[in-house]
Amino acid sequence: MENLVLQALSGLASASSLFLVASGLTVIFGVSRVVNFAHGSLYMLGAYLAWTLVTSLPRGHLGFWGGVLGAAVLVGLIGLVVEVLLLRRIYRAPELFQLLATFGVVLIVQDLALLTWGAQDLLGPRAPGLRGSTEILGLRFPLYELFLIGVGPVVLGLLWLLFHRTRWGTLVRAATQDREMVGALGVNQRMLFTSVFFLGSLLAGLGGALQLPRESVNLHMDLSIITEAFVVVVVGGLGSLSGAALAALLIGELHAFGILIVPKITLVLVFLVMAIVLVVRPHGLLGKPEAAARGGQGSAEPLVGPAPAALRWAALAAALLAVAVPPFLGDYGISVLTEMAIFVLFAASLHLIMGPGGMASFGHAAYFGLGAYGAALAAQWLGAPMLAGLAIAPVMAGIFGLVFGFFCVRLSGVYSAMLTLAFAQIAWSVAFQWVEVTGGDNGILGVWPDAWAAPKLVYYYLALGLCLGATLLLRRVIHAPFGYALRAQRDSSLRAEAIGIDAFRIRWLGFGLAAAAAGVAGGLFAYGKGSVFPTYMGIPRSVDALLMVLLGGVQTLSGPIVGALAFTGLQEQLVRLTDLWRLVLGCVIVALVLFFPQGLAGAARARWEASRGDA
Amino acid sequence: MATLEVEGLAKSFGGVRAVQGVSFTVQPGEMLALIGPNGAGKSTCFNMLNGQLRPDAGVVKLLGRPITGLAPRAVWRLGVGRTFQITATFGSMTVLENVQMALLSHQRRLGGLWRPVARMDAAPARALLERLGMAEQAARPCGILAYGDLKRVELAIALANAPKLLLMDEPTAGMAPQERVALMALTAAIARESGIAVLFTEHDMDVVFAHADRILVLDRGALIAEGAPAAVRADPRVREVYLGSGAVTGAH
Repeated sequence: MENLVLQALSGLASASSLFLVASGLTVIFGVSRVVNFAHGSLYMLGAYLAWTLVTSLPRGHLGFWGGVLGAAVLVGLIGLVVEVLLLRRIYRAPELFQLLATFGVVLIVQDLALLTWGAQDLLGPRAPGLRGSTEILGLRFPLYELFLIGVGPVVLGLLWLLFHRTRWGTLVRAATQDREMVGALGVNQRMLFTSVFFLGSLLAGLGGALQLPRESVNLHMDLSIITEAFVVVVVGGLGSLSGAALAALLIGELHAFGILIVPKITLVLVFLVMAIVLVVRPHGLLGKPEAAARGGQGSAEPLVGPAPAALRWAALAAALLAVAVPPFLGDYGISVLTEMAIFVLFAASLHLIMGPGGMASFGHAAYFGLGAYGAALAAQWLGAPMLAGLAIAPVMAGIFGLVFGFFCVRLSGVYSAMLTLAFAQIAWSVAFQWVEVTGGDNGILGVWPDAWAAPKLVYYYLALGLCLGATLLLRRVIHAPFGYALRAQRDSSLRAEAIGIDAFRIRWLGFGLAAAAAGVAGGLFAYGKGSVFPTYMGIPRSVDALLMVLLGGVQTLSGPIVGALAFTGLQEQLVRLTDLWRLVLGCVIVALVLFFPQGLAGAARARWEASRGDA
Repeated sequence: MATLEVEGLAKSFGGVRAVQGVSFTVQPGEMLALIGPNGAGKSTCFNMLNGQLRPDAGVVKLLGRPITGLAPRAVWRLGVGRTFQITATFGSMTVLENVQMALLSHQRRLGGLWRPVARMDAAPARALLERLGMAEQAARPCGILAYGDLKRVELAIALANAPKLLLMDEPTAGMAPQERVALMALTAAIARESGIAVLFTEHDMDVVFAHADRILVLDRGALIAEGAPAAVRADPRVREVYLGSGAVTGAH
């Protein structure tokens, strides 16, 4: 019994910390609609800056608390700079493009933190006055945890006062409900957005700084907190402060008790909870359905037409090169090209969902990984030959795509994307923890191609043929009535329904098709590498796919192809050339977002159309 | 048999009784106008007819078959075309493709994965656009069309499934005055020729009195008058509802 009380208390302490970060994220999202991936980086910076300040300031109350607050304010200012230099310029870009920009910031901050503070974990001092522990029901409980439990409600209270008792807060709440209306009333939106960003970043920084006495400061803090913070924000309902508090409480306590009850489930518990909440309440616990955007007829997506002759010739030339050049390359070059071919298909499959489908997926790697595992499990347990394995891959991915998609495609926007992430994490944790079948972290080894396809060059041609074929097939689908129906429900769900289109069914089948295509890519990847690991389904790979599609441009059919080639090529080269590849890649991404907001292929198309218009 | 029969339709939002006890019929080839001041319940009424809203009470029958509570897409399949007060078209498709989508859906061919839409027979879609005077705009994207033209595209889409009933919510809002008369004259001609029953709401009384065979007047959710244009114009209760606006006399 006493144990349970202590467990509940430590759950409260985590909930409190989680709330600080999530509240900043939800406030920023509510007003600016920016899905701020960099929020975790701000949290990490808060911890690092607090370490620097606290260790260099004189010891004692002033040094510690001054350092913590100073770090929070500094992080707030950093957030302000990011908003003014980057985000302010892209508010009109599509939601996911902003996500790409903030991901660029994540990469940049990671390398800058590495340069500044080094790779080793940093340990901060204990908080003065809160070093010891107290006795609760005869058991010892750290004072600092008790202090943290108090911080959450205090910050919630202060934020409530700020939002309900000041003019600024009223404006923020108004902008959360209806941004355009607030603008029409003559409120300076730039100032409002910037100040909201400052506040949100400050909260993230404070959350990070307060972790100093609790855990070591390291370079992985950003990504580990951002997923949890997103879960909290989404479970609570985007933009809802009280929702975030409730969800933080729920997640914090679940963590605390999950460890006691089913230790194995802790990795996936939060995602299970998120999946259940979203299936039952599509807008989170306290969220409201988003008001439909006002009909801006001018902002329509471009038409889908046949590729212009010049592009056809370029594609043909690229295909010829892809066939003719590899015999002259070494093994390394061939395997890079094999991967490129596979990722082109992977990106094209995600594009079907995101472009014509108008849905976002943060968990597309699940289907890539399920394809890979389908092939590998068939090889390991059934002794299936390679071609059978490659046939099983899309079936396995497609079936799970239909099962997961059944829930995901009912939701919209960020909620739908987060549910795909939840399912991907569930799939990942099954692969990770069902050791008897999947080998867990060690993966499945020895998934090699049959003898005839064993030479690298032969396997490359096999992969090229399958990937090119499948990618062209997806293109064909987009031009066919089914692809049109996908776009129809994206353009106007009202009109689609009014001419007999069942939007759910179209989205669902589209999701399943994309999953199956990703499965083909995953199966080929498995045989290409000779092994399969849970990381194939991990968040980083889903993010890679998103980056490829967004870099190339969502609105062009050649976008995912160009994006996959550019991203794989760039990353491959950068990793070889420099240790600071994240910094360079991040800067490239940010530059692309600022200068090519339609993606690479989109920009090329715009330029081409403009030049034709002049002639 | 009447194309559309509505009996005792009612809908409340919270404590507001938006529509209460509305009953009427529309005959084949008939142009029936539903008018009333802002907030009278016209759009609510409309949205219950094609399934966008589920009525609290009442029955909607299409050619004698109850369709109350069916989803809009199911109602459409039974032969009900619809245009919206604020136009809804597919902005990333051309005018022609918009009409083709409705035709393909009508023929249940939207599952096709192989044959490109561009290579399918566009003649029926072109014929519809021709009829509505939109043939020249066929290749333009709907996303950049003028509002009046969008209204015509919507009508073409609504006619694509050879409807028995056409529901038009403010079909001429946002159009120039001459355009309005032309569009409604065309609609009336098509309706008579093909025996389509047309129910429309409209704010422009010139349009209403020039083209409606019969008029229903809605006020605060209830029908207060029904009949031929001349009778409705003379009805004292209608005059009272519109008092001071001068709208019913046609004077602007």
